[in-house]
Amino acid sequence: MERNISNKSDKLIIKEKTYESRLLVGTGKYKNMEETRLAIEASGAQIITIAVRRTNIGQNTNEPNILEALPPHIYTYLPNTAGCFDSATAVRTCKLARELLDGHKLVKLEVLGDEKTLLPDVIATLKAAKELVNDGFDVMVYTNDDPIVAKELEEIGCVAVMPLASPIGSGLGIQNRLNISTIIENAKVPILIDAGVGTASDAAIAMELGCDGVLMNSAIAGAKNPVLMASAMKKAIEAGREAFLAGRIPFKHNASASSPTDGLFFK
Amino acid sequence: MIIKINGNIKTIENSMSLTNLLDKFHDPSIKMAVEINGILVLKSEYDSYLIKENDEIEIVHAIGGG
Repeated sequence: MERNISNKSDKLIIKEKTYESRLLVGTGKYKNMEETRLAIEASGAQIITIAVRRTNIGQNTNEPNILEALPPHIYTYLPNTAGCFDSATAVRTCKLARELLDGHKLVKLEVLGDEKTLLPDVIATLKAAKELVNDGFDVMVYTNDDPIVAKELEEIGCVAVMPLASPIGSGLGIQNRLNISTIIENAKVPILIDAGVGTASDAAIAMELGCDGVLMNSAIAGAKNPVLMASAMKKAIEAGREAFLAGRIPFKHNASASSPTDGLFFK
Repeated sequence: MIIKINGNIKTIENSMSLTNLLDKFHDPSIKMAVEINGILVLKSEYDSYLIKENDEIEIVHAIGGG
């Protein structure tokens, strides 16, 4: 008998494009391109972030370029503005990415405020988001777990809003479930957790709260076995989404017996 | 003439187009984008752009990142 799973048609839609996978992954911090490729394959991700850097930096000449190893007919690229600490640099990076990828419009905007925490500078992020949206970019925006700012970014015209779970690379998981829930409740665009996931349960919690997806890099690339962790994350995202759709039981202060209390022969 | 490519000083012949410069300094199999003196140069402009003394050229490509 077939199980009654009603989520077959449940897909992630970003700017009218449909994705089977709700896990988005970064391509940084891996040992080499082969490990990157294998981990991303195991993750099942269809959207992958890439960075834009000088040609003489960050590329081992013996290895294929990332665009060859992870080709565009399989993956949707999400060029990021990582390392940008002001809105002008972030906008400049997006324009370079669009030219580099022959008119590609989907970008991940992040404007950082502080080297120590890598927390977003939301004022600069709002400014850059406005400029990019006006210039025709489809902006997926990294932001703080602040419902007011998240809503403002949506109203500016960002195609997805991506609050952090906790600081980038910290592995601390979701630190403010209440705020993430409020952001989801208010949103008309997809809400994705971006940054701070440490292990599979963190990703599952994000999905159980009702997030539309999760974007991660360090949690997979930094694991002892990145390919296995990628596979774990894929399952966690799917499990968390199914649990969200299934509807969890309410929290109760006291116990509630699972076996019938009627017909007991020993009372 | 003296120019800068990705922060490195280079000496080139005079009257070279950006297309010619890229032939010399960039692997054509790798997708890239170019800024000169902080301004994005579109691919359609590579042939007509003539490199000038002290131009600061940035050639960027895609790499792994999160």
